[in-house]
Amino acid sequence: METLLAYLVGFMFAAAIYLMLSGVLVKFVFGFVLIGNAVNLLIFTAGRLTHIHPPLISQGRTTLTTPASNALPQALILTAIVIGFAMVTFLLVLLYRTYSRTGTLDADDAPFLEEIVENAPGTASGSKPNESDPS
Amino acid sequence: MKILPVLPILLPMATAVLSVLFRVDERRAHGVALGGAVLHLVAGILLLATVLEQEVLALWVGNWPAPFGICLVADYLSAVMVVITAVIHTTMIVYARLDIDPQQVRTGFYPFMQILTAAVCGAFLTGDLFNLYVWFEVILMASFGLLVMGHRPGRLTGAVKYVTVNLISTIFFITAIGLIYGLTGTLNMADLHTKVAGVENTALLTAAAMLLMIAFGIKAALFPLFFWLPAAYHTLPVSVSAFFAGMLSKVGVYALIRMFTLVFTTNTGVTHTTLLVVAALTMLFGVVGAASQMEMRRILSFHIISQVGYMVLGLALFTPLALAGAIVYLVHHIIVKANLFLVSGLVRQAGGAFNLKHVGGLYKTHGLLAVGFIIPAFALAGFPPLSGFWAKLLIIRASLESQQYTLAVLAAAVGLLTVFSMTKIWSEAFWKQSPTEDPKTPVKHPLSAWMLTPVLALGLITILLGLFMEPVIRFAVFAAGQLMDPQPYITAVLGGGR
Repeated sequence: METLLAYLVGFMFAAAIYLMLSGVLVKFVFGFVLIGNAVNLLIFTAGRLTHIHPPLISQGRTTLTTPASNALPQALILTAIVIGFAMVTFLLVLLYRTYSRTGTLDADDAPFLEEIVENAPGTASGSKPNESDPS
Repeated sequence: MKILPVLPILLPMATAVLSVLFRVDERRAHGVALGGAVLHLVAGILLLATVLEQEVLALWVGNWPAPFGICLVADYLSAVMVVITAVIHTTMIVYARLDIDPQQVRTGFYPFMQILTAAVCGAFLTGDLFNLYVWFEVILMASFGLLVMGHRPGRLTGAVKYVTVNLISTIFFITAIGLIYGLTGTLNMADLHTKVAGVENTALLTAAAMLLMIAFGIKAALFPLFFWLPAAYHTLPVSVSAFFAGMLSKVGVYALIRMFTLVFTTNTGVTHTTLLVVAALTMLFGVVGAASQMEMRRILSFHIISQVGYMVLGLALFTPLALAGAIVYLVHHIIVKANLFLVSGLVRQAGGAFNLKHVGGLYKTHGLLAVGFIIPAFALAGFPPLSGFWAKLLIIRASLESQQYTLAVLAAAVGLLTVFSMTKIWSEAFWKQSPTEDPKTPVKHPLSAWMLTPVLALGLITILLGLFMEPVIRFAVFAAGQLMDPQPYITAVLGGGR
């Protein structure tokens, strides 16, 4: 079972990296979701997979007597899923806003290659810098 | 005061909640944020004073004993980082009074800023690897919020680069956490120190260490993972960019120092040698990258990269003196770099642009600003008696003692190139005649005290650090001793403190 999951994780990593390197930012999002799940599976596997016994300590004892899977990684995964979910949401909104401004989500297009963004000189009037345009 | 280590995290969190309530009223929001920042500074100094007395403070959150619960640990390094965070935070909040417009305040500038500060302090204080991951995510989320505020052109594309690269970094981080947990069964850093020695599969352990190095390397903007930094920092509001430049990449450096002194010391032949090469290349590429830039904040961004190289060099040499040098460098660099970013905002204010081609003649019209620039600039370049000189001296001396002569020469040469960049800013912005204005009737744009005071205050700290370097170095040497011999740290966390 561990071997199978290891291969699955490896495959998901490969697919995710392929997607993320494509240069199209929508594909990057898919890659990010995929790699996030791959990592969660990895942590899950790291906590060993035994489904026969729950990790409960029987009465009158202080330690586990039967081999059981570790419950902590599963708790860690829950945290990671929540955080990953928030990140993906943010990423989607950011990409949407970027698309509505620049009209492209291809990382090789001009808006992403522009290095220096400089306002015209001599715009500083008064004590407050003009940070925002009227929109 | 048992609760002391958690205060630098709780206070900004509470202030964040308060400033959400006040965000409609710009002035009150600033008042609340400033009050919170000062309280945070006091808490930080109290923490440092207590740590100076008791060496290591540990707090088990929720009273779960380590290694099962999450613990907060404050040793010398953590405590001094918390204090520096508070100093930078306070000054940038003062500066933000006029730098941040009402619309950005309404969007939630102050709450984001407070949460960011809390998360940075959390990352410095935590003693648990997974908790460190969580703090990194909180830092990311808060910095994303600050990054996309306002409508400056180019901000969104800069933000996309920052966000995507940093998300990849967290993926590396959590992969490493999964591997490390699978190998050792613990994520408490002090517990890891003992468990790592017993791991049989050393190859996998080194692989996990390298994954962590990549994750933190992206945060710290190490070669070859630094491209996102100069692409994003110059699109931020000035006060925010000062905090980012001062603190965020240094969180990565701190995490590197923590992990590669406390946990991964078993295979230094691979890990620390890699760091050595990476540090050298980072120094070189950062400073060369800066030479070709004309936008002031982009020059400074590239210098962050080259300076981070010095700190990592101190870690990679892995001798007590080198680590002490790295710590002095951290403290010095955070203050100086944040100050330079604040100055860049004033240069824009006075001259009308960030681009050096469009400004000039500021020496004549804004004398105080010139003073405010020249102190951090030459501290950065490493002129005696300013703080940068001592920091560089320690690092170079440590590399000579470790017989890394090439690295010592490189470190000195990079210092020279830094002078080149700083003099470029100086001659272009301050000495050159202004390209837009008639030299006979110079127009003097007034600079507000809200913005000038933080710059001069940080400049004063730089001078004081340089003049009273002996106690600072003694402190750093002791902190480095704690890092090299983590036994007191481990005892405080694991053994019998309760």
